Amino acid sequence: MTRKVISLAEIRDGSLRNVSFEAIAAAKTIAQGGEVVAVLVGESVQSYANELIAYGADRVVVVEHAQLKTYTPDGYGQALMAVVEAEKPEGIVFGHTALGKDLSPKLATKLNAGLVSDVVAIEEKDGELLFTRPIYSGKAFEKKIVNDGLVFVTVRPNNIPALSRDDARSGDVTSLSVDIKDLRTIVKEIVRKTAEGVDLSEAKVIVAGGRGVKSAEGFKPLQELADVLGGAVGASRGACDAGYCDYSLQIGQTGKVVTPDLYIACGISGAIQHLAGMSNSKVIVAINKDPEANIFKVADYGIVGDLFEVVPLLTEEFKKLKVHS
Amino acid sequence: MNIFVLMKRTFDTEEKIIINNGKVNEEGAEFIINPYDEYAIEEAIQVRDKLGGEVTVVTVGNEDAEKELRTALAMGCDKAVLINIEDDVEESDQYTTAKVLAEYLKDKEPHLILAGNVAIDGGSGQVGPRVAEMLGIPYVTTITKLDIDGDKVTVVRDVEGDEEVIEASLPLLVTAQQGLNEPRYPSLPGIMKAKKKPLDEVELDDLDLDEDDVEAKTKTVEIFLPPKKEAGKILQGELTDQVKELVTLLRTEAKVI
Ligand SMILES: Cc1cc2nc3c(=O)[nH]c(=O)nc-3n(C[C@H](O)[C@H](O)[C@H](O)COP(=O)(O)OP(=O)(O)OC[C@H]3O[C@@H](n4cnc5c(N)ncnc54)[C@H](O)[C@@H]3O)c2cc1C
Ligand SMILES: Cc1cc2nc3c(=O)[nH]c(=O)nc-3n(C[C@H](O)[C@H](O)[C@H](O)COP(=O)(O)OP(=O)(O)OC[C@H]3O[C@@H](n4cnc5c(N)ncnc54)[C@H](O)[C@@H]3O)c2cc1C
Repeated sequence: MTRKVISLAEIRDGSLRNVSFEAIAAAKTIAQGGEVVAVLVGESVQSYANELIAYGADRVVVVEHAQLKTYTPDGYGQALMAVVEAEKPEGIVFGHTALGKDLSPKLATKLNAGLVSDVVAIEEKDGELLFTRPIYSGKAFEKKIVNDGLVFVTVRPNNIPALSRDDARSGDVTSLSVDIKDLRTIVKEIVRKTAEGVDLSEAKVIVAGGRGVKSAEGFKPLQELADVLGGAVGASRGACDAGYCDYSLQIGQTGKVVTPDLYIACGISGAIQHLAGMSNSKVIVAINKDPEANIFKVADYGIVGDLFEVVPLLTEEFKKLKVHS
Repeated sequence: MNIFVLMKRTFDTEEKIIINNGKVNEEGAEFIINPYDEYAIEEAIQVRDKLGGEVTVVTVGNEDAEKELRTALAMGCDKAVLINIEDDVEESDQYTTAKVLAEYLKDKEPHLILAGNVAIDGGSGQVGPRVAEMLGIPYVTTITKLDIDGDKVTVVRDVEGDEEVIEASLPLLVTAQQGLNEPRYPSLPGIMKAKKKPLDEVELDDLDLDEDDVEAKTKTVEIFLPPKKEAGKILQGELTDQVKELVTLLRTEAKVI
C-alpha cells in the first residue's frame, strides 16, 4: 500500500538536525513508493528546503510565522494541523527529540490516532509495517503495528540511516500561511547550557566520563579526545552528582539515551541505570582501572588502566592518524 | 488546589528481563513507582503544603498497583484511585491509558496535574500530553522547577540539556524530569496513616466507558531481547601497545573510525 507521508524537519544552531534526514528516510519506507513531503516550521526557514529535497523529500511545505520562532506545543500544533488539513497524509514521522516527544502525542490525540514512539527500525512484512522500539530502557525490544488509519511514528536519532545526499534532485517548495493564536504557554527565556556544535543525542562518537574522572578539570583530556574524533562529551550521573560537569551531559535512564557509532566510557563503573542510556551504542570501549567493573561486560574493547594515562595516549594516536590520512 | 498525580507501576530498574511465550515474565519481579512519577508525587505534596488543597494519586492498572498507591499515600498524598481495567481491556496502548485517565479527570476540575515525563518500561512519554490534550488544557513536559503564584505558573523546562523558562496559567499539566526535587521516603507515621486514607477503585463502567471507546490503536506483535553481546576483548600488554591496538581494531575490525 502506498502512502503519502509527511516528515517534520528540525533546525538547531542554524542547521538542519540530522534526524530531519533520518525522518525522511523513515517516511520513504512508510510511504512504500508514495510521496514524501518534508515540513519546515519556524519564523524564517525557507532557505533550508532544498537540503531536505537533496536528502530525499519529494516536496517541502514551509510554514512561517513570527509566533513560530520558538517551539510551543500550541503554536506548532496549529501549524502541523494546518499542514495535515492541506496535505491529508496517511503517515507522519517526527524525530524522537525534545520537540518530537512533546508535540507528537498532542497531534496524535487531535487526529484521534495511534502513535509509535522512539522507533529504531522499520520493516515491511507481508504488506504490514513493523516498528521496532526499545522497552525497559533498552533491555528488551518490541515490534509494533498500527491497527488502522494514520501511521504516526517518532524515530530515535542515529538509528535509521539517512539517504545519501543528492543535490541534483529537485522538488516543489510551497508555503502554507497559518494563523497562530492563543498560545497558552509562553517561552520567556532560553538558557543555553549545552555547548554549541555536536549534539549529544546525534553525535557519532561520545567520550563519556564518570566519577573516575575525579574533577571538572579531569574532563579536559576527555574533551580533547572528543575534539579529535569530532565527537561530544557525555557523563555518568556519578560525575554529574559530584559536580564535575553539568547535568545536561548525563547519559542513562534519567538522562539522555544515545546510540553513537562509538562510545568510550572512561572511569564509569557501568551501573544498570547508566547502561540504560548507552548499551545500544554500536561499539563500546571501556577504560577503567578495575578489571571487575561491570562496564567491561557490555564493552566490545576494554583497557584496564588509569584513564589519565590512557586517554591522552589515545588522543595522540588518533591525531597521528589524522595527519597521515 | 485540586491536584492530581498520574502514577504508573513499573518493573524495578534493577530487574532482569526474561521473556516467556512472547511476554515479559512478571512473576517474582519487583515493582516500583515509576521513578519520574516519584518526582511528580513529591512536587504535588510540596505544592499542597504551600498552597493548601488535596493531592489525589491515580493509576490505571490492576489490583497489584494497590501497593504502589499505598506508598504514594504514605509519602503524603491524600487519596488514591485505582482505575482497574484488567477485566475489561485485553490490549491497551498509550491511547487507551490516556483516554481512561482523561475520562476519569474530566469532571474533577483539576487545577494541576502532574505526571512523569516517561515510564521506564513502556518508554513512550505519550500519556501526559495526551491526557492534557483530551482535557483541553495546556501542558509543559520535562520540568525541573515549578512556581505557582495565584493563577500564574512559571516553570523551567529541560530541553535536551538547555533550559526554557515558561509562563502558563492554571489549569495545567506538567511532566516531571529528574532534578525537579528529591522525593522523600515514606516515614513510619506516614505508612501508618496511609492505611486509613481512602483508596477507591473504579472500573470502566463507572466512567461510562466500554471497551470499544478505549480500543488500542497500536499493537505489540513481538517482544525480544537484544542479541547477546559476545564477550568483549580486554587488551593486554604495555599500555602504549594496547592503545595502538585499540585504534587499529576500531579502524579495521569495528570500522567506526
Ligand atoms: C533511579 C535512578 C536513576 C539513575 N539514573 C542514572 C543515569 O541516568 N545515568 C547514570 O549514569 N547513572 C544513573 N544512576 C546512578 C547509577 O546507579 C550509578 O550510581 C552511577 O552511574 C555511577 O556513576 P559512575 O560509574 O561514574 O561512578 P562509580 O560507580 O563510582 O564508578 C567510578 C568508576 O571509575 C573507576 N575509576 C576510578 N578512578 C579511575 C581512573 N583513574 N582511571 C580509570 N578508572 C577509574 C572505578 O574503578 C569505578 O569503576 C541512577 C540511579 C538511580 C537509583
Ligand atoms: C491490562 C493492561 C494491558 C496492557 N496491554 C498492553 C499491550 O497489549 N500492548 C502494549 O504496548 N502495552 C500494554 N499495556 C501497557 C500500557 O498500555 C502502557 O504501558 C501505557 O499505555 C503507558 O505507556 P508508557 O509505558 O509508554 O507510558 P509513558 O507515556 O511513557 O508514561 C508517562 C507518564 O504517564 C503516566 N502514566 C503512564 N501510564 C500510566 C498508567 N497506567 N496509570 C497512570 N498514569 C500513567 C505516568 O505519570 C508516566 O510517568 C497494558 C497495560 C495494562 C494495564
